[in-house]
Amino acid sequence: MYKYDAIDQRIVDERVAQYRDQTRRFLAGELSEDEFRPLRLQNGLYIQRHAPMLRIAVPYGMLSSRQLRKLGDIAKKHDKGYGHFSTRQNLQLNWPKLEDTPEILAELASVEMHAIQTSGNCIRNITTDQFAGIAPDEVIDPRAMAEIMRQWSTFHPEFALLPRKFKIAVSGTKHDRAVVQAHDIGLEFYTDAQGKMAIKVWVGGGLGRTPILGSVIREHLEWQHALTYCEAIIRVYNLHGRRDNMYKARIKILVKALGIDEFRNQVETEWAHLQGSLNTITETELKRVGQHFETMPYETLPSHDASFDMAVASNPAFAAWVKRCVHPHKQAGYRAVTLSLKPHGKAPGDATSEQMWTVAELAEQYSFGELRVSHEQNLILADVKLSDLHAVWEKARAAGLATPNIGLLTDIVCCPGGDFCSLANAKSIPIAEAIQMQFDNLDYLHDIGDIELNVSGCMNGCGHHSVGHIGILGVDKDGSEWYQVSIGGKQGNDASLGTVIGPSFSADEMPEVIQKLIDVYIKERTPEERFIDTVRRLGVAPFKANVYAKEEIAA
Amino acid sequence: MSNLIQLNQGIANIATDAWTLVQLPASQVEERKQAGKVVLFKLTGENTVTNEQIATTAIPATGKIIVPLSVFITRKNELASRIQQGEVGVWLATHEVLEHLVKDQPDLNTLPIIAIHVERFADGRIFSLGTLLRTRYGYKNELRAFGDVLRDQLYFLKRSGFTSFQIRADRSAQDAIASLNDFSVPYQGAVDEPRPVFQRYNRTA
Ligand code: SF4
Repeated sequence: MYKYDAIDQRIVDERVAQYRDQTRRFLAGELSEDEFRPLRLQNGLYIQRHAPMLRIAVPYGMLSSRQLRKLGDIAKKHDKGYGHFSTRQNLQLNWPKLEDTPEILAELASVEMHAIQTSGNCIRNITTDQFAGIAPDEVIDPRAMAEIMRQWSTFHPEFALLPRKFKIAVSGTKHDRAVVQAHDIGLEFYTDAQGKMAIKVWVGGGLGRTPILGSVIREHLEWQHALTYCEAIIRVYNLHGRRDNMYKARIKILVKALGIDEFRNQVETEWAHLQGSLNTITETELKRVGQHFETMPYETLPSHDASFDMAVASNPAFAAWVKRCVHPHKQAGYRAVTLSLKPHGKAPGDATSEQMWTVAELAEQYSFGELRVSHEQNLILADVKLSDLHAVWEKARAAGLATPNIGLLTDIVCCPGGDFCSLANAKSIPIAEAIQMQFDNLDYLHDIGDIELNVSGCMNGCGHHSVGHIGILGVDKDGSEWYQVSIGGKQGNDASLGTVIGPSFSADEMPEVIQKLIDVYIKERTPEERFIDTVRRLGVAPFKANVYAKEEIAA
Repeated sequence: MSNLIQLNQGIANIATDAWTLVQLPASQVEERKQAGKVVLFKLTGENTVTNEQIATTAIPATGKIIVPLSVFITRKNELASRIQQGEVGVWLATHEVLEHLVKDQPDLNTLPIIAIHVERFADGRIFSLGTLLRTRYGYKNELRAFGDVLRDQLYFLKRSGFTSFQIRADRSAQDAIASLNDFSVPYQGAVDEPRPVFQRYNRTA
């Protein structure tokens, strides 16, 4: 992964000094609340219900063992001994003290980490596929470009105060796992007819209050122009995006208001001036950064391992875990492993300091000292030998990290919601926990099969509810908490937005509602059909009928 | 005391202001909110200047003045000789259309100063406007930020081509100077240093 040189280190160190002084000025009354807000936000610091929340950047989801160990230490020392991995592949601490935050940032800087631009109206952490560099279906490893973009977007002076937050995702696989269509800008890397790296550029997607999938603004862009083309897009947005109404300030609203064709014209006009300017990426720079992401020193291994095959055959629990949590790898004899942060009945995405230390240890011992955070809020060991899988499983299981539910109903994507977030309409974590308990039967879960369930505590959609096969959204009705349910959303190349099934439910009703949706699926599915396919085939009607059936009788 | 910071060859100083800022009289017209049309998109929620305001703007008879863009365009004849003598600068608000100025005054460098008013700290349009003036329209003279200008914008303003900064009256310009240099090695190319870091250093070493 990318290692800082003296320049990178100096930038994060100077940031710590700057923020330390800003915090000092705020505490001394030299900065008002309002004036401090945009400054602390650009350092990832929110003021939440109970305490500040600090969001730490994990650029494109990559972490080293040393960094994760440090995160565990920080959570222990400055928080309540746990952290929350978010759908932006970042780590959030929910209980730090404001006065401690400069110190936390200094500790992060000591392991080449920071909280720069993890919130606020600026270019946010760039996200990508958690299997980048190892996925068999990968065409281009997008991490070097993601790092180049991270550097370019860090304190970009022209885009320091945009109308609203701005999210960029990059992907380089046939099957998109980075949800590029749901970002302000999505860059899809591919190899063009000339055999060169090129980019398909998406713009104007987003999952907030007005969920919308992006449009293609350019089918083919040579990679050298990634930065200048993004500058053209963001300049048009910076100048013309709405600033009078924060709910209409995202780029998607501008793209919609102008229409993609007019928006494209404006961007292309702008780009005509920027094309070829000095921010054009050079071969040398791509090569320099690319060296940090070269393939690991793999051993040459056969594609089968007898001890592994035997363990799978003789141990059903291990086999179940392998089925759900172990993923193909482009190198023979290696696999990627997902460590589930979704044990039943616990807040999805949370990890204790002890768990972080354990994972750091596992990564060191079995996966070249690196790991990744997925946007589904799990941790990934990307390069594990087949022959080590059993040992990894045993250790992960002892630490509560081996629930074999990846991609299953209880692998719920969930935002912090009303327990922590001051924007929330409703709690989301207890809903996720209740659903996990309702379906706390592994055989049954495996029988239900692949399904994605997403929970957001409000319209902002941090839990990506609108692209969940089942999406749950917290809504406020007369000051009490209700939940709106949608089905048929999907991420990936054939992305779609879910359809709301009808009036909302109370928290108590939710496990039963999900149960009824699943019942319809089990009854109606054809062999091999996934939940999402059944919904697409039948439409919402039969699901709706079953969920609301009882109410009608009672009425 | 003056609250104006001026950059001269990269050196920042507190300077006395040679210019008088000419304001528009208060408008009686309501704010235009949420105009739906594409052409008006930019003006959404922002004041537009009325003819009456332009006509009744009081312009001092002598001295160096910075006039609002709309006044500059409409009352140009009146100002012609003073423009010749380099006594007239222009200011615009962040929602105003830069191209209107460029169309009206193709050689921007006859203006000794252009100032941009930022109403709220969080309004980052000012950075694009500065960048465009410097890179697209070749403007070389003093470029000033005024309004809700606080120290934590200065680094970005400087990088976007601004050379003077009228710090909000209730804050110390002297303290603010330090923030012009919050960061010593920028990653990306911008107005003040167009070369990105990978063009300036050999980082492969
Ligand atoms: S979706 Fe709403 S409640 Fe959940 S974290 Fe985002 S803003 Fe907070």
